[in-house]
Amino acid sequence: MSTFWSLWIIGLTLINMALVLWVLLANRKVAVRDDETPENRTTGHVYDGIEEYDNPLPRWWFKMFIATFIFAAVYLIIYPGMGSFKGLYPGGWTQELELERHQQQADARYAEQFGEYNAMPIEQLAQDQQAMKMGLRLFANNCAVCHGADGGGNYGFPNLTDSDWIWGGSPEQIKQSIVQGRKAVMPPWAAILGDEGIAETTEYVLSLSDRDHKAEMAERGAEHYKRNCVACHGADGTGNPMLGAPNLTDDIWLYSGEPSGIRTTLREGRNGVMPAQKDLLKESRIHLLAAYVYSLSQPYEAQE
Amino acid sequence: MSSNLVAAGDHPVYDYKVVRQFAIMTIVWGIVGMGVGVLIAAQLYWPELNDIFQPYTHFGRLRPLHTNAVIFAFGGCALFGTSYYVVQRTCQAKLWGGWLVPFTFWGWQLVIVLAAITLPLGYTSAKEYAELEWPIDILITLVWVSYAVVFFGTIVKRKTSHIYVANWFYGGFILTVAVLHVVNSAAIPVSWMKSYSAYAGAADAMVQWWYGHNAVGFFLTAGFLGMMYYFVPKQADRPVYSYQLSIVHFWALISIYIWAGAHHLHYSALPDWAQSLGMVMSLILLAPSWGGMINGIMTLSGAWHKLRTDPTLRFLVVSLSFYGMSTFEGPMMSIKTVNALSHNTDWTIGHVHSGALGWVAMISIGAIYHLLPILYGRKDMHSVKWINIHFWLATIGTVLYIASMWVNGIMQGLMWRAFNNDGTLTYSFIEAVQASYPGYFVRFLGGAFFLAGMLLMAYNAFKTAQNAGEAATEANAEPQAV
Repeated sequence: MSTFWSLWIIGLTLINMALVLWVLLANRKVAVRDDETPENRTTGHVYDGIEEYDNPLPRWWFKMFIATFIFAAVYLIIYPGMGSFKGLYPGGWTQELELERHQQQADARYAEQFGEYNAMPIEQLAQDQQAMKMGLRLFANNCAVCHGADGGGNYGFPNLTDSDWIWGGSPEQIKQSIVQGRKAVMPPWAAILGDEGIAETTEYVLSLSDRDHKAEMAERGAEHYKRNCVACHGADGTGNPMLGAPNLTDDIWLYSGEPSGIRTTLREGRNGVMPAQKDLLKESRIHLLAAYVYSLSQPYEAQE
Repeated sequence: MSSNLVAAGDHPVYDYKVVRQFAIMTIVWGIVGMGVGVLIAAQLYWPELNDIFQPYTHFGRLRPLHTNAVIFAFGGCALFGTSYYVVQRTCQAKLWGGWLVPFTFWGWQLVIVLAAITLPLGYTSAKEYAELEWPIDILITLVWVSYAVVFFGTIVKRKTSHIYVANWFYGGFILTVAVLHVVNSAAIPVSWMKSYSAYAGAADAMVQWWYGHNAVGFFLTAGFLGMMYYFVPKQADRPVYSYQLSIVHFWALISIYIWAGAHHLHYSALPDWAQSLGMVMSLILLAPSWGGMINGIMTLSGAWHKLRTDPTLRFLVVSLSFYGMSTFEGPMMSIKTVNALSHNTDWTIGHVHSGALGWVAMISIGAIYHLLPILYGRKDMHSVKWINIHFWLATIGTVLYIASMWVNGIMQGLMWRAFNNDGTLTYSFIEAVQASYPGYFVRFLGGAFFLAGMLLMAYNAFKTAQNAGEAATEANAEPQAV
């Protein structure tokens, strides 16, 4: 802040406060006691039959007014407020410093507990009941909005409780998904395949998971598939977790498994995004979350 | 003293037509605005109600319609109507400005109708309480400047030597709202119904809340204090308690309010110094705000017994109690540590409604009940008993509303900040939403009570107008000088 603007702020603040104080102090009398009946002399003005008493300011009200001024003065000496004057708060006060102080306190308080878990491998953490309780709370606050409170997923957001993993289900892959996020790119095919080609490819995709399909169209669709889809989804349609290309043979659908939904996916493409958490959550939290998500898809016995 | 008096029979004929028009539209827009309010309160309890006619009935589109309708349509009409009445009577001068007078009425109605059309259609500048797009903003400016010309023109033509305190407040409100509206609505249009704010980032936020909080401070406070300073002493038939107090609290109120907006932006990208100033000025504001409450309530000393028989006076006095309560709550919520709990919770909504229902609506309703018999040349409203029923409906409705939002708000704030021993959050967001459901129902109930009272008022007003002139008293039939 330049000196000019600093003085501008200080000047406006002080002038305004001084003028209000002047109106309050210099101009008017204050009641000596509040429990006495005021003398009720009128000012002599009459407006449409309304008169005004010239009673003094209530004493308690006057005192309250002065008290707020004193508070303001003290506050503006301690905290930033008067232009570029930083205030006399020990160690300085800014909202960023206050946040840092709170974070340091929290770190000091919780480091021990998380520290123990930091060192444990994810498979082992997934068996630790206390750790999984903490993981559940972290999941409820950070993940449930998209993936559902039970991790069961939603349209466009994968189910985390089954064993079908788009980006891989190993502890390391899950952690990677949380830390770095994921960005899937299914390109739109309308311009290349045309309506007919889209319809044919859809029938072929349906055939991959043994769904009802029109065999003739699927045959032509298989040709489109070979030319355009194998690079990501593989020759057998089982997908590729390196690219986030889903398995098309297990009848599990991230968007829609209806023929119309598959056609939309083919026509317009899909761009699923899992946001990276590395700047939002601490490493120790992500480690627990990875273990919790891993535990969701493990057979029930493993969690005992 | 004699200079204030005008010889009997020397009074002008006042313009009551525009007052009557605004008084009626106050009731009409009150029902519309509060009706939409009850609907969106119901949507929060029964979310399916969003789907009545998507996307026009979505909460996100109806909420600005509700706020605009109650603040600017209901509150605005009440302010226009009462200020036109008060300025004439206390200046003993007919409204000045010729065709500008009906222009302010029809222009303001047009603004409201345009708001009611464009907001559900999704046109919005995305600035809270200033959502209307730029062509409507220009129309507002024209109407408002005309309003100022009429009001101050009448003051200039006054036959009294002094200007009554009610007119200071009305005048301060008209001038400041003009400045607030023009500065905050400054925008670059890109098409007929789309514009971008002239400001960016934190500066835009600061301008918006400088406007937003002074919409509360000047539109919803100073203007209605003007109303209070006329209708309370008039209805109680007692002198105003303290002329000195009105001077001190007037100047303090209007000069301090301007600073307070920054308290809406605590712990944000707004620089620390601006947040601190916003907070201390909000605290200093407590005494000037209470000055108005004291002056109104103490005006009743020696006339308290009238509350037993006069439900209109009861509306006016209870509105002052709610005013005192919400102007205590406001400075408290502006303290950073309290704000850290209350911000983004239902507490804020409760606070706004203790002002909007308890203060603004109740004082307006009281003023309208005072005005209607005079405007229709009658001794009383069609039914004074119904005014009493309305009073209880409004009071119970307001209490249900603000109590449920206090409970919800403080509960939400505490749930959001609750930590387990291991440092994880105790509750997920959705758990706080679930816990809020009972409060949402009580709030809906409170709103329904308040709306029911307004419907009764409309019927009472209709019956009063139907039998206009019947049983008129001399005092009311003729505009009277002093």
